[in-house]
Amino acid sequence: MKILVCISNVPDTTTKVKFVEGNTKLDTTGIQWVINPWDELSLTRALELKDDASTGVKSVSVAHVGSIAAEPTIRKALAIGADDAIRVNAEPADAYYVASQLAEVIKKEQFDIVICGIESSDFNGSTVGSMLSELLDYPSVSAVSSLKIENGQVVISREIDGGKEIVHVSTPFVAVVQKGIAKEPRIAAMRGIMMARTKPIKLYEPIAVEPLTQVVSFEMPKPRASCKFVDAENPKQLIELLQNEAKVI
Amino acid sequence: MSVLVFTENWDGKFKKLSFELASYASKVAEMLNTNAVALSIGNVDESELKKLGNYGVKKIVNINNDALKNLDDRAYTSVIAEIAQKESSEVIILSNNNMGKGLAPRLSVRLKAAIGAGVSQLPLSTSPFTVYKRAFSGNAFAHLELKTGVKIITLAQNSFELIETANGASVENFSVNVDASNIKVQVKDVQKQTGKILITDAEIVVSGGRGMKSPDNWEPLVELANLLGAATACSRPVSDEGWRSHEEHTGQTGKIIAPNLYFAIGISGATQHIAGVSSSKYIVAINTDKDAPIFGAAQYGIIGDASKVLPKLVEAVKEVKGK
Ligand SMILES: Cc1cc2nc3c(=O)[nH]c(=O)nc-3n(C[C@H](O)[C@H](O)[C@H](O)COP(=O)(O)OP(=O)(O)OC[C@H]3O[C@@H](n4cnc5c(N)ncnc54)[C@H](O)[C@@H]3O)c2cc1C
Repeated sequence: MKILVCISNVPDTTTKVKFVEGNTKLDTTGIQWVINPWDELSLTRALELKDDASTGVKSVSVAHVGSIAAEPTIRKALAIGADDAIRVNAEPADAYYVASQLAEVIKKEQFDIVICGIESSDFNGSTVGSMLSELLDYPSVSAVSSLKIENGQVVISREIDGGKEIVHVSTPFVAVVQKGIAKEPRIAAMRGIMMARTKPIKLYEPIAVEPLTQVVSFEMPKPRASCKFVDAENPKQLIELLQNEAKVI
Repeated sequence: MSVLVFTENWDGKFKKLSFELASYASKVAEMLNTNAVALSIGNVDESELKKLGNYGVKKIVNINNDALKNLDDRAYTSVIAEIAQKESSEVIILSNNNMGKGLAPRLSVRLKAAIGAGVSQLPLSTSPFTVYKRAFSGNAFAHLELKTGVKIITLAQNSFELIETANGASVENFSVNVDASNIKVQVKDVQKQTGKILITDAEIVVSGGRGMKSPDNWEPLVELANLLGAATACSRPVSDEGWRSHEEHTGQTGKIIAPNLYFAIGISGATQHIAGVSSSKYIVAINTDKDAPIFGAAQYGIIGDASKVLPKLVEAVKEVKGK
């Protein structure tokens, strides 16, 4: 079995975002780039499956659509333990564009399980994974919080509003994963970092795809009213404010 | 032309989000001078279906097909696409919840329709069609133009209020052919949470962090939540430690919520936590540290020890509610 984890290269959530060119583009100066947190967890889970011989998982690859600037993030994924990587050499124009590029690569390379994170922490689209499954005409399972392989059968637990379901799915398929998929992201060890230097990153040139959306502009969140403090000895005042001023209880 | 809204029910009763979606869809339809049509899949009776009419929907397409009992994203996508074509829908609206996140992107590819995901307001304009959505995990917002003829919007839960406009909607029972051989996702077991208010549905959420000190200290927090009809939540370390269940984890890597009121008790207010709760209408923070970042996100605050403040809050709510 071959697993592919699709990874997004995103600004660390704690870096302050700023915009340039009339608020249409992210100002990348000083940004700390990381593997999208969900994708890091997906990769961790994929490697756990590979570590367990009973699953039959033979390789874990990662794929990324982005420019050469994203190579450190790809190398990091390799250092964590992915066997090889694929990079489609293109600026990600929108989710549809990215999913189309990934679908093209997957058709050529063929994987049994394709894992995507529930969202990329930059554009918060929650769309690439399911788009990809539709483009490939693969079944997909969304909101996956656990992924196992038992006697060759993929067993998934997916979250539904108000509970969870245990589902079986045939391969190849796309899993869109969320919290629970792995506990802590695996960290790269020194040996992994050394090995990553020589692991292959296969380069693909993009296919022509017309994006469906366009960012007109970005704006910062509206500043919130400053905090009104209530004396710790008198919480009743808080309840009164919530009732009469905010009118929320 | 029409605006199509995909509703969700739970054991035959519409989820609250269905009425939010219907209200939103009716407003979008108004902007486009057209009507909102709702799609319901499942075993929902006529009187329940008609409730959608109270939120401005003109017509309800009702599909009750055994093959659609379980969610198979591919099968559902085919059905929604078929109805969208039948109703000449220009805009299709789904929730940005688990189900919507699975279906909307598939529909987008199927219909070559641009998608605005996690939208929290009415479109900024309809020509060009531009929506307002969360970006950079709440650190910014984007004005996004949807450039295709058909557009898809997924609406953030709790971000749009219910608007009652009785319209007297008609119900059309419609049958679809589902190709059973195409269903590749088999549900083996369903574990339902019963009797609990869903955190993504709740209007009030009471949340505890590491400042609660121990899993044994949650009783007054739960009592406060019960008195307010609120759901309980927690920060990530609290669920990682196993103090509370994973379903309660809010934040960037947990649940993203937008209640009317969010209590952050013993939560420092790390960026990743705020990322999941910044759309709350009001945030109340209770923290011993006057410099905790959570006070920067809160409108009301108490500087104090949660173990002392919580019991007093419980008493205060009892008193105020008792009146
Ligand atoms: C990639 C990534 C993703 C993450 N995603 C999330 C996420 O989704 N959700 C999330 O919550 N975190 C997330 N985190 C973790 C986040 O950075 C913080 O570590 C976490 O939110 C802190 O939780 P806390 O506020 O409960 O604990 P702490 O930061 O330890 O804060 C405890 C607070 O309690 C106060 N306190 C102490 N004693 C008392 C008392 N007796 N009474 C009242 N107050 C008291 C303290 O002053 C302090 O402010 C993520 C981190 C990373 C790196």
